Amino acid sequence: MEINEIYNKLKSVFGEGIGELKTDLPVRPFFFADASKIDAVALFLRDEESMQFDNLSCLSGVDYDKDNLAVVYHLCSYALGHQLVVKCLVPKSDPKIKSVSDVWAAAEWHEREAFDLVGMIFEGNPDLRRILLPEDWEGHPLRKDYKVPEFYNGMKIPY
Amino acid sequence: MGILNKLDNSVEQFESGNIIITSMDKLLNWSRLSSMWQMFFGLACCAIEMMATSASHYDLDRFGIIPRPSPRHVDIILISGTVTLKMATRIKRLYDEMPAPKYILSMGSCANCGGPYWEHGYHVLKGIDRIIPVDVYVPGCPPRPEALLEGLIKLQERIRNQSLAKHIA
Ligand code: SF4
Repeated sequence: MEINEIYNKLKSVFGEGIGELKTDLPVRPFFFADASKIDAVALFLRDEESMQFDNLSCLSGVDYDKDNLAVVYHLCSYALGHQLVVKCLVPKSDPKIKSVSDVWAAAEWHEREAFDLVGMIFEGNPDLRRILLPEDWEGHPLRKDYKVPEFYNGMKIPY
Repeated sequence: MGILNKLDNSVEQFESGNIIITSMDKLLNWSRLSSMWQMFFGLACCAIEMMATSASHYDLDRFGIIPRPSPRHVDIILISGTVTLKMATRIKRLYDEMPAPKYILSMGSCANCGGPYWEHGYHVLKGIDRIIPVDVYVPGCPPRPEALLEGLIKLQERIRNQSLAKHIA
């Protein structure tokens, strides 16, 4: 399906939960979805006959603007050969969002990475631990206001 | 007579029989530099060059360098690549587990000083010499196998000049 058809279908099912479709940027067309509905949207995208997004190719965490983090879902369908990008804003003050790891198993480690580096909490992820940084690391280094610590376990970090 | 050639003119051999006389220093140094067993691990892109150096074309074996899977077996450790802080903790531990005498060759800009991550690498140790003492630094990003070989020959020279009596800094 074309992106417009996919978008209209989602809009007709989820209404207000789906934001405006942005096609004029030099990236793949995307829209924002309401973070509280992302589990339902994800399940719909995977299971609906005309969607069949059977593959989550990437899930990334972004420090989006002053007040928000964002989670970006890149989806594609092997069955129907179409692609989709969905974003969700998560407020920095309370960075919680539902996990989609029960919809696409691939999401589990991607969510751990986003948690590790950007620091959103994925509710429902069965094993939300740090995945790349050491377990005793403090803070989330891809936040724009992150300050590199002076020392880690007695080792000086700055050059 | 390999040993006679290697130990140069300070070796005396009796006319008949299998007895030679040399100094303890020379014998120890010769045996150490001729079988520098290597800790078997690689860290980043530099490790690819290290592997190329071990393969048949450059053939590390001819220096008596054999990769070993346990720190208990080894004499040298090649720090071949980016040392993240997470890995640095492990390297320090492996180094502590190696029996003395032990030598360290730091390969590539990353291991020497943080390399391309020197400014924005919150996760990279800016030089392995911040946690363990380095004997030879090989510059490059990555160093070619020839450069690594040069570094190893430098290390051999260093070992050849060691003395039990004098400490060489
Ligand atoms: S020095 Fe260059 S080639 Fe070697 S590990 Fe660092 S980035 Fe890679």
